[in-house]
Amino acid sequence: MPAARQSRFRGIPGLGSRMFRGPLLFQTPPACAMLSSIFSRLIACLLLCAAVQAHALTVEAARAMASGDTDERIAALQQAIATPDDATLAFIRAMGEDAVKITADKAIVMKDDKGYDPVSGAEVPVPDDAEDIVNNNRMRGEFDAALASLQLLSPDVAQRRTAIDALREETDEARLPLIEKALAAEKDVALQARLEAIRARILLASSDASQRLKAAQYLATSGNPGTRTVLLEQLRNEQDPQVKAAIQAALTAVEGRLQWGEKLAALFTGISLGSILLLVALGLAITYGLMGVINMAHGELMMIGAYATYVMQGVFQRYFPGAFDWYLVAAVPVAFMASALMGAVLERSVIRFLYGRPLETLLATWGISLMLQQLVRTVFGAQNVGVENPAWMSGGVQLMENLQLPWNRVIIVAFALAVLAGVAFLISKTRLGLFVRGVTQNRPIASCMGVNTARVDTYAFALGSGIAGLAGCALSQVGNVGPDLGQSYIVDSFMVVVLGGVGQLAGTVYAALGLGVLNKFLEGWTGAVLAKIAVLVFIIIFIQKRPQGIFAVKGRTAD
Amino acid sequence: MQRRYSLKALAAVATLAGLSALPAHAQDTIKVGILHSLSGTMAISETVLKDTVLMAIDEINAKGGVLGKKLEPVVVDPASNWPLFAEKTKQLLGQDKVSVIFGCWTSVSRKSVLPVVEEMNGLLFYPVQYEGEELSKNVFYTGAAPNQQAIPAVDYLMSKDGGSAKRWVLLGTDYVYPRTTNKILRAYLKSKGVKDSDIDEKYTPFGHSDYQTIVADIKKFSQGGKTAVVSTINGDSNVPFYKELGNAGLKAKDVPVVAFSVGEEELRGVDTKPLVGHLAAWNYFQSIKSPANTEFIKKWSDYAKAKGIAGHKDKPLTNDPMEATYIGINMWAQAVTKAKSTDTDKVIAAMAGQTFKAPSGIVSKMDEKNHHLHKSVFIGEIKADGQFNVVWKTPGPVKAKPWSPYIEGNDKKKDEPDGKSKL
Repeated sequence: MPAARQSRFRGIPGLGSRMFRGPLLFQTPPACAMLSSIFSRLIACLLLCAAVQAHALTVEAARAMASGDTDERIAALQQAIATPDDATLAFIRAMGEDAVKITADKAIVMKDDKGYDPVSGAEVPVPDDAEDIVNNNRMRGEFDAALASLQLLSPDVAQRRTAIDALREETDEARLPLIEKALAAEKDVALQARLEAIRARILLASSDASQRLKAAQYLATSGNPGTRTVLLEQLRNEQDPQVKAAIQAALTAVEGRLQWGEKLAALFTGISLGSILLLVALGLAITYGLMGVINMAHGELMMIGAYATYVMQGVFQRYFPGAFDWYLVAAVPVAFMASALMGAVLERSVIRFLYGRPLETLLATWGISLMLQQLVRTVFGAQNVGVENPAWMSGGVQLMENLQLPWNRVIIVAFALAVLAGVAFLISKTRLGLFVRGVTQNRPIASCMGVNTARVDTYAFALGSGIAGLAGCALSQVGNVGPDLGQSYIVDSFMVVVLGGVGQLAGTVYAALGLGVLNKFLEGWTGAVLAKIAVLVFIIIFIQKRPQGIFAVKGRTAD
Repeated sequence: MQRRYSLKALAAVATLAGLSALPAHAQDTIKVGILHSLSGTMAISETVLKDTVLMAIDEINAKGGVLGKKLEPVVVDPASNWPLFAEKTKQLLGQDKVSVIFGCWTSVSRKSVLPVVEEMNGLLFYPVQYEGEELSKNVFYTGAAPNQQAIPAVDYLMSKDGGSAKRWVLLGTDYVYPRTTNKILRAYLKSKGVKDSDIDEKYTPFGHSDYQTIVADIKKFSQGGKTAVVSTINGDSNVPFYKELGNAGLKAKDVPVVAFSVGEEELRGVDTKPLVGHLAAWNYFQSIKSPANTEFIKKWSDYAKAKGIAGHKDKPLTNDPMEATYIGINMWAQAVTKAKSTDTDKVIAAMAGQTFKAPSGIVSKMDEKNHHLHKSVFIGEIKADGQFNVVWKTPGPVKAKPWSPYIEGNDKKKDEPDGKSKL
């Protein structure tokens, strides 16, 4: 151990914060500098409170933490965080990020393909035989907990909050003194309550029955799903009848509170599935519903939209890596245009010759769908391609303790509503919409009024195809992007349009949301396989009873 | 004029006839059938296996072939259509007279081919992990049996390092492989003292893409104690499942998912960042460090580049079924050399006890009796780059038990297929 380093830790505590600001590892500008000052203060504070003799990180300790048997590594980790310094912190963090390599006698921290010594922070050469660190889930959990327990006494509220978040599921009795110390020092009322909850969870397994009783009573006020886990666990092991009753009561209270979140979550999954069904069916509601073209290639138009998104992702990766998160925004118009163009070409070259001959249209479009699939296979390969969620679409928003709405789902629901509004506006308020309605209702009269019906057909078909492209763009965020993407949705989309009533936008909306919620409700009850069958049976019966769908077209339509 | 025209035509016909006679003239090849779907839903997984066989054939031919003859591949496309697998097998064995077939992925396709190869006394090498419960003298299984994949994986999750799981979600696509595997696992877990109420078995239809409810259920189930998920979800559906897991905030260190059908190839289409730490159990990973593997990967990347195989030419990936295919064809070539004949029964006899230096770093041995390979089992954790970190492995190769002892009545079954001729 270098003498200079040791003396620093023995220095006057009051000067600690300044002295610790020394050669921190891997300085990435301001954020890290701020963190480092916080850490140094935290460590100084730890030194003050505990008044322990600090041991700085040693080469051996670092090596022991990074490799070997999991139990031994954890022991080494515990030892290191008992007397932490900033090098230890940085090293634990690096291990958690898998940015460490191991040689026969030491560990090397990697950053930007360069090796650094974890103790001195100096750059060191990386030998060729250095192996990557191997962390299993248990080890990763230990790193997180270690970092959290070091941050628990941080003067920064945000840091303490993340630390408490990480320790939310903690039940290890060894951490009790630390939690109590943090609780005593905590000023923030909300955080205090959460620390109390953690303490109660740990105490629930205490050997003292009165402590357990108190903990159970405290936990009855919790709305955390993790609380149920510990209560159930303890209920199984509990011997004392009085405590057992208290735990039972707490469990009932907690479960009652959790039920709401679960119900809302189930409803949301239904709406989310409904919004996807709506997106895939909207385009078809125009091409099939309004124009009467049985378009079996509808799914492939979605696939084109999804691949357009994939291509945009590639373009952004290559040319605008800085703005990568926004590739999806750019992909929306591109997906629309790509599919709309393909739709227009299809209409001009094939479909226009087949109006009024549904069987031939069906066969022709089915053939086209196979050709499009093979085309994509030839260009992009048979394998699925990876489309990443942009950062702002990953993760979710925590509405209740047990209700987390994933961002990608929330955004797709909003997107579906926006597309719906756009289509409704286009069809009911614009000149093009008027022409489309006119032509589909009475072609000869519209033609007599000077409407170029052939061109209107092309526009309408391109519009429907473009919306399919938008659906593909959205689907790329939740599922697979591959040549078969369209096939898995084509049945669903026809189902929605037929159920809603051919020629009815509103019917499509009701049918999509209704099927989504019904499907998810049944799935929670009977499992996915039976739910799918039940929904199909339901649709068959419904169509038998009401062949025109939910909404029938009223009035006289000339055909 | 007329005459000259007909003369020309005659000459052309003669040339054509001559051309078509050429292959017939070259009688000294051994035909090898390749029966993998090149279109349809399974094309994603099976296409690379066709290329692996072709690569191995090139390699063997470059070394002079087998018995002094070159190998000649006969590629057919059963198009992910199970009955078509049987028809194409008939064609390969009856018309093309191939000596051996490498093929099939799903258990359904194998079951469809089985009666044909048995009746026509053909030879099939099946390279994918499967549910066991089958032995045929005409089939060599180079993939894993349940005790070479599923059971070690569950053992790992029960261990301290694996997270000491107490509750289990058995999640699969609704067909024969997941159903049978889960039946075996349920019996195994029960034998380890896990109660029925701590096991949740769930199935989804083929191509299921909306995993919201299932993930929510897993989340709820996991509140009852430390939970692990055993996933036998089939290829395609894995992407939406893992995306949903990531977005619902289920972390691998809270609820680890171990998958039996997710390999390097399946992760190609996935954003792997939220999946770091989830597990897969295989007998081979691309990340395994062994000289044989380095060589295997190099061969594959060179081959993929030379042939311009889509996807692989830029980012070559190898996976477990590819390794199994590669071992299979090499062992077959060794067996033919040993038997000095391509006669089915002689080759079957010569296959017993064949060994091959497998890319997974072990010397893989074909069991003397039960037509399965002895394999090491590896548990890998998904890394951010879509590769796997091996976190656990069996001490040595494990002998396959195609008749799982955890299914009733199997204790009476023989560990050797019937009807093998004693040569």
